[in-house]
Amino acid sequence: MKGFNHKDLLGMEQLSVSDIELVLDTAESMKEVSQRDIKKVPTLRGKSIVNFFYEPSTRTRASFELAAKRLSADTISLSSSGSSMTKGETLIDTAKNLQAMNPDLIVLRHSSSGAPHLLAPEVKAGIINAGDGTNEHPTQALLDLFTIREKKGRLQGLKVAIIGDIKHSRVARSNIIGLKKMGAEVTISGPPTMIPMKAESLGVNVVNNPAEAIKDRDVIMVLRIQLERQSKLLFPNVREYSTYFGINKEVLRNAKEDAIIMHPGPINRGVELASDVADGPFSVILDQVTNGVAVRMALLYLLIGGHKSDVMD
Amino acid sequence: MTLWIRGGDLVDPIKGLVENQDIIIEDGRVSKILPSGEFTEKGGRISIIDASGRLIIPGMIDMHVHLREPGYEYKETIETGSLAGVAGGFTGVACMPNTDPANDNVSVTEFILKQADKAGKLKVYPIAAITKGRKGESLTEFGDLKKAGAIGVSDDGSPVINSELMRRAVEYARYHDLIVISHCEDMHLSEGGVMHEGLISTKIGLKGTPSASEEIMVEREISLARLTGCPVHIAHVSTAGSVNAIRRAKEDGLPVTAETAPHYFSLDHAEVMGYNTNAKINPPLRSPEDVYAIKRGLAEDVIDVIATDHAPHSLLEKNLEFDKAAFGIIGLETALPLTLALVREGILTIQSAVRKLTYSPASILRINRGVVQEGSIADLAVIDPEFEYTLKEEDIMSKSKNTPFIGKRLKGRNILTIAEGQIVWSRDSKHIGCR
Repeated sequence: MKGFNHKDLLGMEQLSVSDIELVLDTAESMKEVSQRDIKKVPTLRGKSIVNFFYEPSTRTRASFELAAKRLSADTISLSSSGSSMTKGETLIDTAKNLQAMNPDLIVLRHSSSGAPHLLAPEVKAGIINAGDGTNEHPTQALLDLFTIREKKGRLQGLKVAIIGDIKHSRVARSNIIGLKKMGAEVTISGPPTMIPMKAESLGVNVVNNPAEAIKDRDVIMVLRIQLERQSKLLFPNVREYSTYFGINKEVLRNAKEDAIIMHPGPINRGVELASDVADGPFSVILDQVTNGVAVRMALLYLLIGGHKSDVMD
Repeated sequence: MTLWIRGGDLVDPIKGLVENQDIIIEDGRVSKILPSGEFTEKGGRISIIDASGRLIIPGMIDMHVHLREPGYEYKETIETGSLAGVAGGFTGVACMPNTDPANDNVSVTEFILKQADKAGKLKVYPIAAITKGRKGESLTEFGDLKKAGAIGVSDDGSPVINSELMRRAVEYARYHDLIVISHCEDMHLSEGGVMHEGLISTKIGLKGTPSASEEIMVEREISLARLTGCPVHIAHVSTAGSVNAIRRAKEDGLPVTAETAPHYFSLDHAEVMGYNTNAKINPPLRSPEDVYAIKRGLAEDVIDVIATDHAPHSLLEKNLEFDKAAFGIIGLETALPLTLALVREGILTIQSAVRKLTYSPASILRINRGVVQEGSIADLAVIDPEFEYTLKEEDIMSKSKNTPFIGKRLKGRNILTIAEGQIVWSRDSKHIGCR
């Protein structure tokens, strides 16, 4: 059996195809744990995990907490308000202080791209990137891959469209890397103001019009529009965005009949995604959330559970 | 005391010659230059420096440095910056006004000159601010600043956004014979940008600054030079588009000059990978195509000068998240080997490389330096162009160590620096001193 030889999970870039398969396979066993009546196993008893969130987060943070607790690890959560981060301490100093308390893992969410890369060599504990700026959000990509594989039975050869603010989306960047590695074909779509320069270099097709982009796609991943970006001149207003780039039933007529709809949340209903689509039969948005816990349990286990080179049966 | 520099090959950047010459220095000036072997001692105290197998070049002039004093003495002082300068082979540096307080008045200019004098290593040429507080609102007192010793004006670090104000600045500066140095950046296009916008910024999720941010302002300065006929010097050119614009301006005979920095022809934006804050600079390291264009620009004399934009920052500003880290790298001690690499690459001849580090900046700054001739002030450096080494942090004389070249192999270094006839730096005697 192949091992998972990483101290940290900084991004999808570092994972091989077999690493990704190992995470997804491990997550399947973990999902079973979450479906039990008693949702707790002693695997990580005596391990401590710090959830260190510089940016607000509901879903990711709750998901990591539950994942750790279901594996019997001890967790503490820190957020930027009410910690020394607001007292002018540098990120490295805060992390070194945490390290002095000897945790096994630090789960970091930060608004600066590269923040986990800065910490990883400075601390002994493993670092999981729970989203860094506009760079990566690898655990989101892994739970998305898990969900797609669960629904479609495979990843290889699937056609995926990612629609929205690609330029500022760490979810998009991680998913593009992961999907490409697993042999899927990726098309990105959105207004030209939200497509990064030289996007083709990421190995994707760029089709601005979403109705065209979703043609023949197996998976349609809709990204959240950050409303505050309106002030950055990326789009005139919400109404215009939803008219030309929102995904609704009308647009979906172009899609494959069994195309699944994904969204990393939280949804702006009626902006990037119409309510009836979000709640419709092909939406797997809540499955993504369920699977998030399982995938994060798998990662915690693989990073700090027992011998790194073994895999649970 | 007489100095006899014996047996070296003297590079003359004006005549374009490299000849085996002996140089005699008396009373701070070059008294004689004559073919090796012709000089005979006539008695009296004389110090001999053996330069055989070495090159002798005029003391280098860096027309773009940040010495951080007053205000940021924890990053660099005029003393430590002077030391880094002479170690690198420089005998003159022009320091930018973004100190605290800014050099926008006579008392700061005088303070800088006093500190430089106290350090006693090299000439410091203060560049004063164009506008009060570098705020881009109203002109500083160019006349008084010139009289106090300022040699040019610039709001470096921030462009003068108001084009009318910039027009008046170049017109008024010409009357006082001050060069206007423009930091070209459209602040709206570059807002939030921390690296070059392109392939790498897309790959690693950092906000990019497009080349157009620089080029738009370069084009504006060229338009103002055309309108007024007044000289403008473009600082730290980093893009192919800027090189093309300056080339056209020169073809049109406009009084536009330009500098680039060694990092823009030595490194590209891939250096940022891994969120290396020592590769965070403004303007940013650009694409390989831009690097190529900068080299062409140097070869074709579109770019007149190599200046370092020496920008010391401490770990407090650099050991941070990439987007929170300060812009800038030090450059005084790496300019020579990085420029010599262009000579080995066949981009520049040794004469033109040396000219861009000596005579060209001196001419733009209108100072009578940058040459080694009989009668000239004795500013020179003895260099070993073949010496190969790995740059180590502990060898850096600057107070700050923020350079992406640490750990990289460099070839060529300064051995001895003479400023106004005095030996202000010697690598050999430094070693003797250590014993």
